Amino acid sequence: MGLTLKDVDKVVGREIYLKDINLHLEPGSRNVILGRTLAGKTTLLRIMAGLDRPGRGRIRVGEKDVTGVSVRKRNVAMVYQQFINYPSLSVFNNIASPLKLAGLKKDEISRRVNETAAMLHIEDLLDRLPAELSGGQQQRVAIARALVRETDLLLMDEPLVNLDYKLREELRIELQEIFVRGRAIVVYTTTEPTEALMLGGNVIVMDEGRILQTGPTPEVYRHPASIRVAEVFSDPPINFLKGTVASGSVQIGERMTIPLLGHLRALGDGAYTFGARSNHLFLTPNNEDDVKIPARVELTEINGSETFIHARYDDFRLVVQEKGVRHVAIGSDIDIYVNPAGFFAYDADGILAAAPA
Amino acid sequence: MARIELSKIAHSYHPNPAEPADYALKRIHTVWKDGGAYALLGPSGCGKTTLLNIISGLVTPSRGQVLYDDRDVTPLPPEKRNIAQVFQFPVLYDTMSVYNNLAFPLRNRKMSDARIKERVLEVADSLDLTPFLNKKAAGLAADAKQKISLGRGLVRSDVAAILFDEPLTVIDPQMKWELRRKLKEIHEQLKLTFIYVTHDQTEALTFADQVAVMFEGEIVQLGSPQDLFENPEHRFVGYFIGSPGMNFLKCTIEGASAHIDGAGCIELAPEIAEKGRKADGKLEIGIRPMYLKIHTRWTKGMLKAGVKGVEDLGSYRIVTLDVAGRTLKAMLSESEAVPEGTVGVSFPRQWIRLFEDGWLIK
Amino acid sequence: MEKWPDNKAWLLVLPVFVIVAFSAIIPLLTVINYSVQDIFGPGQSVFVGVDWFREMLQDYRLREALWRQFLFSGLVLIIEIPLGVLIALAMPKRGWKASAALVTLALPLLIPWNTIGTIWIIFTRPDIGLLGAVINNLLGIPFDHTASPLDAWITVMLMEVWHWTPLVALLAYSGLRAIPEAYYQAARIDGASAWSTFLYVQLPKMRGVLTIAFLLRFMDSFLIYAEPFVLTGGGPGNSTTFLSLYLVKIALLQFDLGPGAAFSLIYFIIVLLFSFIFYQALQRVGKGETV
Repeated sequence: MGLTLKDVDKVVGREIYLKDINLHLEPGSRNVILGRTLAGKTTLLRIMAGLDRPGRGRIRVGEKDVTGVSVRKRNVAMVYQQFINYPSLSVFNNIASPLKLAGLKKDEISRRVNETAAMLHIEDLLDRLPAELSGGQQQRVAIARALVRETDLLLMDEPLVNLDYKLREELRIELQEIFVRGRAIVVYTTTEPTEALMLGGNVIVMDEGRILQTGPTPEVYRHPASIRVAEVFSDPPINFLKGTVASGSVQIGERMTIPLLGHLRALGDGAYTFGARSNHLFLTPNNEDDVKIPARVELTEINGSETFIHARYDDFRLVVQEKGVRHVAIGSDIDIYVNPAGFFAYDADGILAAAPA
Repeated sequence: MARIELSKIAHSYHPNPAEPADYALKRIHTVWKDGGAYALLGPSGCGKTTLLNIISGLVTPSRGQVLYDDRDVTPLPPEKRNIAQVFQFPVLYDTMSVYNNLAFPLRNRKMSDARIKERVLEVADSLDLTPFLNKKAAGLAADAKQKISLGRGLVRSDVAAILFDEPLTVIDPQMKWELRRKLKEIHEQLKLTFIYVTHDQTEALTFADQVAVMFEGEIVQLGSPQDLFENPEHRFVGYFIGSPGMNFLKCTIEGASAHIDGAGCIELAPEIAEKGRKADGKLEIGIRPMYLKIHTRWTKGMLKAGVKGVEDLGSYRIVTLDVAGRTLKAMLSESEAVPEGTVGVSFPRQWIRLFEDGWLIK
Repeated sequence: MEKWPDNKAWLLVLPVFVIVAFSAIIPLLTVINYSVQDIFGPGQSVFVGVDWFREMLQDYRLREALWRQFLFSGLVLIIEIPLGVLIALAMPKRGWKASAALVTLALPLLIPWNTIGTIWIIFTRPDIGLLGAVINNLLGIPFDHTASPLDAWITVMLMEVWHWTPLVALLAYSGLRAIPEAYYQAARIDGASAWSTFLYVQLPKMRGVLTIAFLLRFMDSFLIYAEPFVLTGGGPGNSTTFLSLYLVKIALLQFDLGPGAAFSLIYFIIVLLFSFIFYQALQRVGKGETV
């Protein structure tokens, strides 16, 4: 059964937590809510779960209106940032607890617990208490408890944020495989663009309590509909150049004039902001259409396989992400090459006016 | 300014440690150069926070010495060492203004008001905190708060080293770039010794000139980010650095090639192959995903592989390959064609590393 | 169509409403009703408007009792809050010692209030009481709370402090335990003295629990009845006749229901007013954008 939210608002005091949320999630779909801290991600999850009631609007599961129905009566499981388990119960009993509440038979419970535990590689830990486990293992138990019920809706609120980087990487891959196999609607929140991309499925970009854009994750990544979406969905930060379009070319700062080619030809005269992600900026030309940005190096960061060059052209701060190790002196003048065919063009209101096909 | 020497440090939280497993730190013996940017990188429980606390003086090691510029400071508490620390979560004096927060360490050291003002304004300026000076620290965003924590260290002219304990944990991804950039700028400017503890390889590698990778209470490798990436001395470093980590394949050496059981042969550099032939331990070859080359057609010298999955990560793709039952990960840039079906995988010779019992053969 | 399938939940709250109605709202209305009537007997009453309020506000004994009450509550707060914080700071932080200290501290809180009065009567008796005998016989200072108003005050204060400081200490202790270790570490690195650490780390972090302690102790001490009633009965003379003791004297012993009711309402409003003022003031401490 699909989940539908219609005109959902949540206002507490004078603060707007959610505004005009309209959303339809297909059965079995993977949905990642991407947004910065305080964007309203957790509030939205809580409303989906039935832990909170919306100030306005309706929530439907399939055809049934469930607005205001308590979480106990819904078929929902939730995983939190913190590792939440019953401290006095063994791992087996922790995972089994929702099934026991549902009144399942003993052998059925034991079969499902073992199955789920195996899926999360904790089958050897079933006799232990949560306190005897590492953080990663504790979260696996919490995830297993959420999965074992086979709910219609599986909500995960930044479940990996308190784990080590490398553990996150492993669990993310495992989770993705589990999600694909399951039938539940999965809703997963994160602040990290990379995590959203790794999990795949659909993305819901949120900011300041509103949904900015939804769609298949790679598609939204390649067509961010507004400046704000481009910012939220870029890591390292996306580069912006402000320019004026007049008589077939773009003037950016004093020293750059770019002919209007390809998709940019559709732009009318006026002021635009052009966005290009850092992996599309280079220190050497790759293409005859490349334009040159004369810039001054402010800082370099080398992570072993890549170099991030932070530079400035006029008032524009740019980040170039180059493969391999490049030693560039701070304060030196360099030319940065970029192909305008990859530019996102945003109008004065920050709305996408032209994007590469 | 200080050069920090850790001399034969071992530490156990048990009162009577008996076996190696009782030690949070087994044997740390290393020197941090004055003015360097260092990172301690490792998974949780590897001992990196213990080591940081030993450097700062919050923990006294069970064995060994800590030397600042050849002066033994092992028994000294943190306030007697010239260090400052930035914690995982912003630690501020909530009731004070930003100005007073920054002035606090100086007031405690009985500096004159005029001198304090000068220092605070200077530091606030370099951290972009000037507009907030009269605000209460409690009401600010997480990144501003972390800058104040850092500022409380920077105001002190006697500070030789600043220690960071996962300082970006509560910061949003985009702001992490800003803050890290600020840290690097400050480091360039002041040339203080920075020691940065984290489990996040991106943070460690981009921040530090030298990264110490820790595992089970030991420093497995101390090297530049490039070194760690290209020449991991242990398979743990290969796995832990890079995302995804290094690919490993068990092999035997036959002539100048590595023979992968059931999958074929990969040609090695002659000197590597020779060392491999002399080794008697368990051998593995390792190669970074970004160096693997995928070809639509298999030819001699490649391994045959099936494409199991392709993940689109925006700026690049990760291809999961099946080579005779073993999994390999390869990375493709955004513009490269997406492979499917059966492909050939070639291993560029200069990027193949050979490991014996987990250790790099050099 | 609006439908809230969960409306049944309100039924669960109903008993609370009923209880609150019987325990608070109905008595309050009754008191208001009494306060504007002169009652001669069952079924015989005359409406008198605000006469009783006027009379009570002009009653010098009430005013005396009110000042006495303020002095008492003021002393209670001045002594118990700092003392409680001090005890909390001195308490062991972990292990069996911490548990032992907590249990010891909680003992006075577990004793019934009227028993406390009795305990202190015996404790301070000049002939057989441990404290009274020591002061009188060993130190040679005449001390008798039944004869000297000052001695009576000292005894009541001692009893009050002994009885309720543990509550403040327990609250402060819980506040202290909730401060993350990193704050202490940062303060050490910043070179803060123990006093600065207390002032800028511990005290601000205890603000919430201390606000609660402050309000609880103010209201409780302002309404104090059982212990001084048992211990001194309001004497000697009227020296320890606090508001509640005087109220009971008017309303129950003299059976002046109208003035008693008016008195109660004035009393009620004072408590409400001061609690509100204190709460607002304490909330403001350490908040606000600019300094």
